[in-house]
Amino acid sequence: MTRSISRILKSYFMRTFIAVLLGFVVASAILFITGYNPSQCMAVMFNAVFSRPKFIVNVILKSTPIILTGLSVAFAFKMGLFNIGAEGQFIVSTIASAIVGLVFNFHPIIQVPLVIMSGVFAGAIFGGIIGFLKSKFGIHEVITSIMLNWIALYLCNYISNLACFHKPESDGTYPINESGLTLFMYKWKFSEEGRSFLKNNPVLNDIILKTDFNFNFILAVIIAIVVWVVIYKTRKGYEFRACGLNPDAAQNAGIDVNKNIIYTMLISGALSGLAGALALTGSSNPVIHVLPVFENYGFNGLSVALIAGSSPIGCIFAGIMFSALIYAGQSLQFKLGAPSEIVNIMIGTIVFFVALSVIIPVIVDKIVEKEERKSA
Amino acid sequence: MRNIISKIGVALLALGFVGVLAFAVNTGFKIATGLEDDDRFSVSMVTDGGGINDQSFQESSWKGMQELAKETDVKVSYVECPQTSDFLSNIDKLADENTDLIWGIGYKLADTIELAAKTNPEINYALADFSLGERTPDNVTCAVFRSEESSFVVGYIAAMTTKKGCVGFVGGIKGLVIDQFEYGYLAGVKYASKKLGKNIDVKIQYAESFTDSAKGKAIAMKMYDNCDVIFHAAGGAGVGVIEAAKETGNYVIGVDKDQSSLAPKNVLTSAIKDVGKAVKMISIKALNGEYIGGKTFSYGIKEHCVGIPSENPNLDPEVYKSAIEIQEKISNGGIISPGNERDYKEFINKLSSGKII
Repeated sequence: MTRSISRILKSYFMRTFIAVLLGFVVASAILFITGYNPSQCMAVMFNAVFSRPKFIVNVILKSTPIILTGLSVAFAFKMGLFNIGAEGQFIVSTIASAIVGLVFNFHPIIQVPLVIMSGVFAGAIFGGIIGFLKSKFGIHEVITSIMLNWIALYLCNYISNLACFHKPESDGTYPINESGLTLFMYKWKFSEEGRSFLKNNPVLNDIILKTDFNFNFILAVIIAIVVWVVIYKTRKGYEFRACGLNPDAAQNAGIDVNKNIIYTMLISGALSGLAGALALTGSSNPVIHVLPVFENYGFNGLSVALIAGSSPIGCIFAGIMFSALIYAGQSLQFKLGAPSEIVNIMIGTIVFFVALSVIIPVIVDKIVEKEERKSA
Repeated sequence: MRNIISKIGVALLALGFVGVLAFAVNTGFKIATGLEDDDRFSVSMVTDGGGINDQSFQESSWKGMQELAKETDVKVSYVECPQTSDFLSNIDKLADENTDLIWGIGYKLADTIELAAKTNPEINYALADFSLGERTPDNVTCAVFRSEESSFVVGYIAAMTTKKGCVGFVGGIKGLVIDQFEYGYLAGVKYASKKLGKNIDVKIQYAESFTDSAKGKAIAMKMYDNCDVIFHAAGGAGVGVIEAAKETGNYVIGVDKDQSSLAPKNVLTSAIKDVGKAVKMISIKALNGEYIGGKTFSYGIKEHCVGIPSENPNLDPEVYKSAIEIQEKISNGGIISPGNERDYKEFINKLSSGKII
C-alpha cells in the first residue's frame, strides 16, 4: 500500500501538484506577514478565476501566447539549448505580422495565414540566427539571445514610430487590417444585429462581446500535441533528444549535432513567432507600440516550460495555471490593494517550489524506507 | 498491478479536480470574501505600462485618489497592467465590480476606454491626459492639462536665468502631450527675450523614449556645451538630464512634480502637472452626482493643477517674483500660452507686432 501511494506521489503530475500547494502555503505566509488576510486573498483569487465563465475565457485567452512560448523554450530545452530569446522572437514576430497585416489586405482566407506565417517566419529567422551562431562559432545561445531580445525591443520601437505606420496621437502603429484578425465574429459582435442578439444571451454576451474571444487556444493545443509527436515519435525528434542528452555520444553515433542545433532553434523560434502572431491577430487592439520594457511573454514562457518540466503537453496546463495566477493576481490588487510586488513574489514562490519539486520523490523514498524499517 | 493502481489514482485525482472546477463554473461558485457588503461609492484607476511607482503621472494620480479616500467616504483602488492585452480585461473586471467611476490614466488607454464605454453604456469612465474630442461617448469624461501654461512660466524663468544666452529642451517622444510642453516653453523663452531685449537660443532634441535615462543624459551632456539651462519633458529619460546637470553643474528644470529632491543644487524649478488633483476633482464631481459624461475638462494654472513649486531655493528671488506675475497674467487671460505649432506661430506674430506685453 505504502509503495503504491509513494508511486502516486512520485509521479510528475502529483509532484507538481504538491509543489503548487506548498507554493500557496508559503505565499499565504508571505501575505500574512505583509498584513493581508491569506484566506481572504485566496478566496478573492479563486473568485477572480472561477466565479464567471467570462473569467475562465479570459484566463484561457491569456494562456495562449505563454503556452506557445513555453513550448518554444521546452522544445529547445530538449535539445539542451536554453532559449531565453523567446521574448525577442515574440516581438519580431509581432512586428512582421503587423507590417504584413497593414500593407496587404486580401480576403481573410489568404490574409490570416499570410499574417500568421510572416510572424512565424520572422520568429524562426530570429531563432535561427541564435542557432547558427552557436553551431558555427560556438557562441553561447544565452548571450546571443539576450542581445537579440534588446535588438527586437528597439526594432519594435523604431517601427512603431515610422511615419508610414505610426498612428498620430498614440504610441503605436495603426491597427492591422480587419481581414487579418482571428477574433471570433469581430464585425458581427459590434454590429447592431450582433449586439441585440447578444443582449438576449447574457452568458454569450459576457464571453464573446466583453473579451477578445478567439480560437487560438485550440491551435496552441494542437501545436503542443504536434510538438510532442515530433519529439517522441519521429526520427528527427530522437536525434534532438540524443543531442540534448549527450552531444558527444550523439555525434559519435552519426548525428550531425551542429545541424540539429540550427534546426532546433529554427523551430523554437517559429513557435515563439506563432505566439506573437496569434497574440496580435487575436487582439481587439492589434497594434505594435513603443515598449518601455519587455512585456514578458517570452520570459513567462520560461516559467511555463519550467513548471511543465519541458513536457509539451504539460505546457498547456502550466500555461493555463500561470495565466490564471497572473489574472487573479491583478484582482488581488484592486480588491485588497496588494501591491504588484506581493503578487509577483507569490507567483515567484509557486514557480520556485515547482522547480524544487524534484526533491519530493527523494523525501517520499526516505519516508517509505523508514516505514518499512518500522514494520520490519 | 501497482502501476495500474497508481495510474488510476492519479487519473481519479485529476478527474476530481476537473469535476470540482466544472461544478464551480456551472453554479457561478463564489467563495465569500467578506468584501461583499461594501456599497460605498467606488473609484478605480487602471495604469498604462508604467505602474503605480512610475515617478510620474500614474503615481500622482494614485496619490490624488488616496487623498480622495482620506477626505471623503469613497472606496479607491487601482490595477496595474504590465501587458497591453491586460487593458481590456482589467477595465472589464472593474466594471463587473460595480465600480462607479473607472479611470484610465494616460493616452495609451484611450482606445480601450472608448471601446469599453461603448460595450458598457451603463458604467462611467474617465480618461486622464487625453481628450477623445468629438468621439467622446456619453459615459466618458476626459481631463486634459494646459501644460503649456506652466511650460511658458519655466521658459520665462530659463531665459531670465541663462548667462550663456542659450537654453535647451529635451522631450520624450514627440506627440500631442509633449508638444504642449515644447511650444509653451518656446513661447516663454521668446517672451522673456523680448523683455530682455536680447536674443536667446533654444536647442531642442527628443530622446525618442520616456525611459532611456542613459540617452537623456547623453543628449543633455552635449547640450550643456552651449546651454546652461535645460527643461526636460521626458519622464524617466529626463532623470538622465538631471544627472547630466548635476555632473556639469548647470541648471535643469523638472517636470510633472517638484523634482528638486533629485538634484537639490541643480534643479532650478519644475513645471508641475498635478494629474492627481484633477483626478480627485473629477471624482468628487461624480460623487456629488454632477452630470459629467461626454465632457472634457481642461486644467491649468487657474485650477492650480499646473504651475511651479512655491519653494525654489536655486531661483533668483527677483525672477521668481516676475514669474509669479506671469503666472497671474496667464491665469486671468492676459497671456494665452500656445500649446501647438500653429498657435505658437500666431503667438510669435502677435509678440513681434507688440500685441502681447
